[in-house]
Formats: sequence, structure tokens, C-alpha cells
Amino acid sequence: MNFNFKHEWIETNIGLMAVLTMLAISVGGLVEIAPLFFIDKTIEKVEGVRPYTPLEQRGRDIYVREGCYTCHSQMIRPFRDEKLRYGHYSLAAESQYDHPFQWGSKRTGPDLARVGAKYSNEWHVQHLVAPRSMVPESVMPNYPWLLSTKLDISDVAGRMKALRKVGVPYSLTQADYDANVAKFGETVAKQLHIPDAQKNLVEQANFGNYDGDRSGISEMDALVAYLQVLGTMVDFSKHADDAFVDNR
Amino acid sequence: MSEQKLQSQTVQTTGHAWDGDLQEYNNPLPVWWVYTFYATVIFAIVYWTIYPSWPIGKDWIGGVSDITYVNSEGETKTHSWNTRALLLEDLNQAAAAQKPYFDKVASMSYEQIAKDPEMNGFILSSGKALFADNCAPCHQAGGQGVVGFFPNLTDDDWLYGGSFDTIHETLMGGRRGYMPTFGEVLSGQQIDQLANYVASLSGIGHDAAKAAAGGALFNSETAACFYCHSSDAKGRKDIGAPNLTDNIWLWANVPAADGDEGKIAAIRGVISNGLNKGVMPAWAGRLSPEQIKVLTVYVHELGGGQ
Repeated sequence: MNFNFKHEWIETNIGLMAVLTMLAISVGGLVEIAPLFFIDKTIEKVEGVRPYTPLEQRGRDIYVREGCYTCHSQMIRPFRDEKLRYGHYSLAAESQYDHPFQWGSKRTGPDLARVGAKYSNEWHVQHLVAPRSMVPESVMPNYPWLLSTKLDISDVAGRMKALRKVGVPYSLTQADYDANVAKFGETVAKQLHIPDAQKNLVEQANFGNYDGDRSGISEMDALVAYLQVLGTMVDFSKHADDAFVDNR
Repeated sequence: MSEQKLQSQTVQTTGHAWDGDLQEYNNPLPVWWVYTFYATVIFAIVYWTIYPSWPIGKDWIGGVSDITYVNSEGETKTHSWNTRALLLEDLNQAAAAQKPYFDKVASMSYEQIAKDPEMNGFILSSGKALFADNCAPCHQAGGQGVVGFFPNLTDDDWLYGGSFDTIHETLMGGRRGYMPTFGEVLSGQQIDQLANYVASLSGIGHDAAKAAAGGALFNSETAACFYCHSSDAKGRKDIGAPNLTDNIWLWANVPAADGDEGKIAAIRGVISNGLNKGVMPAWAGRLSPEQIKVLTVYVHELGGGQ
């Protein structure tokens, strides 16, 4: 073979060098990420995980808007101390409808992956308005405007349509809706139907009255509704404690 | 100049020449560096063999090291090394260390636990950690609560009862406080009379005539306070209706109010607006039966147990 490789080719051709550099540095990412799309056991098979209701989804948007993820993770790691403090480790299945996921990489505050149903709604409201009135040593900022700002629900259907484009099974057509009934049951499927998004949001907020104020739907209603569902979708009492060991 | 310098060096050049005389030395890597590099390659291969590594099709290589654990069904299992199996092994070891204590907790009655000095020490340390993780956000680190929000657990006033059994029931199933709104049912004058009566029960300065009228109203069908708070205003623990005669306040922030008028205004506020809060979450699904038993004794020992 008359192939005489010379470094000089790369060193004297900046375009070729840029392409080869990018190929070289993407190897690390590709070998770690790409196989996950082909391995059967990446996402655990569990029941109960569903996309967020319109109100919860709006709460999640506020969570992201306020930058809660900069101090709070939503990823309980499989360590004894985390199990004792936060509960069962997080499953990949539990964030399958999150776009983007809120795993986070730094904890200034505690992990929130299983904060749902741990505290009462009024605790959350008071704690978000004035964290130090509930936890004296807290360094969390106050978020009083959540209680006084009316929730903008005009674009909730549009937001769900956007999520649908990236794979969240919100339904637009009767056929989508029927598929959701088969997959999640009728109660959940109704909540995922985009044409009813505003009606569903208002109903859930009025029924739940998350902020303790019945006069309107505040951003607090949405955020507390979101916090109260975190980590509650999978019933771990139905699974042995080693049910998910094979997935890693 | 450069030629002179080059001649004095023994290092080879790469052989290129740019711009006529621009040359590049070809320094070999230091020997220690090269061997360290080979060592990391060997380390990687050893690591792949021991721990989970390469993906193959729809699965991956599990590695030769494994972990043996006992699962919640009591089966002993061996699995190739991963963090989830490691967690179970870790929890098994911790459970084995705590087993003598938790077995004792499960087998002893509350009274026996409270009297046993060794168990008391265990309750104080493990109960304190459990309380800090799960209860302190509302009831505060020392159990003193927050007036207006969450009850004080260190006094001897109990909404739902302070016996071991009722504390256990509260922890297992949670609680939900409720008082109807009277602002639209009663007139402002009637609410003022009731507030004066309630103030009089705790020795707060009040208008005697209003209090007398309020007392009659309290036990009448109009306001019907006595249904829940009982006719002597000492409350009913079976439904969590507070004792109104002990000058201990949870919802009306009387201690922080200025002067008698302020205190009465705080009481008026609760009567007018009612309450639909006082929610205590249920812990039955979150904590183990033994942990709940430990917390029951811990809360009982905070000072107010009955």
C-alpha cells in the first residue's frame, strides 16, 4: 500500500484540522451516550409515570423560570444517606416526560425529586413566600410575587403542543386521546388532552386550592401543584427493593 | 545565530523547513510519561474486566466482580457490581447493625421502651435524626412549632391527643384541620362577642358584657361552637377541636398581638375566616413501621406526652 500519512496535511489545512478535532472530542460523549438508546434496560418498566397535567406543567415552567434548578437537584442517587433522607433513588422512567429534565448537578438546597406529599400545601406557600419563617437556617430567597401574580393560562395549550413535538404524549386528536386512555387510563388521558387544557387547569386549581386563596389562580397554585406531584407517581410498595437492580 | 544554536544541540528536528529556515525540534516524550501512559491503559483494561463497561448490542458487560445482598422478599441474590446492588448491600449491613434495636422496638410496648434506659438512648439519637429529616421543617428542630401554622409538640396541649396510640395514629394517617367560616353566618357584633368570650377563657382582658353574650352564643344553635369545642370549651380530641381555655394558641397569633384589643382581633380573625389548613401529611408509606414507632416515642418524650 502506497499510503504515506503525513501530519503536515492536517497541520497545513485548518478546515481538516477543525473537523478531525471535533471528531476526536465527540468520541467520549458518543461512547457514553449512544449505547443508551439501544440498550433495552435503560428505562425501567414501571406503572404510574405520566406527563404533567396542564397546571403542573405551568408550575414546572415557573420552577424553571425562577431558576430553582440552580440550587435544587431532582436526582436521588443510590446511596444509603440519600435513601434515608430523600427516599427511593430516582428512576430514569420517572423523568421520561421531562423536557428538559431537572436532575441538576449541584445542591445548595435539598433534593426535590420526592418532595411531593411530604409537606402540606400551606407549608410550601409559607416557605416560598418567606423560607426563614419555616426553616430558620435556610438561605433560600423569598418568592412573594408567586402569591400575588396571576397565572398566565392563555398559552398553556401552545406549551403542551411544543412538548408534544418533542415526544410527550399530549393528545390533539381523538386517536391520540384513545391511545392515552389505553396507556394511562381515562382520568389521566382527559388531563392530557390539549383542546381541554385551560378547562382542566382551572378545574384542578380550583379543586386543589393549593395557595389557600380561592379568589383566583396564582403562580403559587401552579408551582405547589407541581411540587406536590414530584416523585409520587411510582408506587414503590408494589416493587421489591431490588426490582430495579438489573437496570444498571 | 539559529544555525549555531542548532549545531550545539543533539536533538533531532522534524525535518520540515518553513519559510526557508524555520525548523521544529522533535523532542521525544520523557520515559516516565510514556510508562505512566502505558500503565493507565493497563489500568483501564483491568477496570473493564472488574466493573460494568462496554455495551454489546442491547446489553452490556457486567464485569467479574459481584455483590450479594438480601432483598425485601428475604431472598439472597448475587448480582454483578452496580451502584444499585451496592446500595442494597450497604442497607443490609446498616440494618444488621440496627436490627437488635429495631427488633426490640418492634417487640416492646411503648411504656417498656420509655422505661428502658438503653432504648431511651437509641430513641433519642435515631429519633432525633428522623425528626430532623421529616418533622422539623414544620414543627421546627426542637418541636416548638410555629404559631399560626404548626403546633408546638413540647407543651402538654394536644389537638388529637398526646397518648402513644394517638400520636402513632397521627403519624400513620396524617391529619387535616378544619373550622367553618363564620364571617358570613354571624354578624360582626356576634363575632366580637364570641371573641371576647374566648379571650375571657384564657384570662385575656375583655369586655365582661360582651363575653357573657358570647358565652350564651357559644352554646347556642346559632353559632354552634359547642358541637366541636364542647360546651365547656375544652375541645374534642377525637376531631382535633382545640381546647380554648388554656391560653395556648395555634391559629390566632395571640402571643404576638399588641394589647387586649389586638389579641381579641386575632381571635375574631379566626372565627370570621375559619380554617382549612392544619394539614399533617401521612407517613405510613414513607417511613417503616419501626421508624414510626421510634418517632412516636420521640414525640411523646419531647415534653408533653400523656
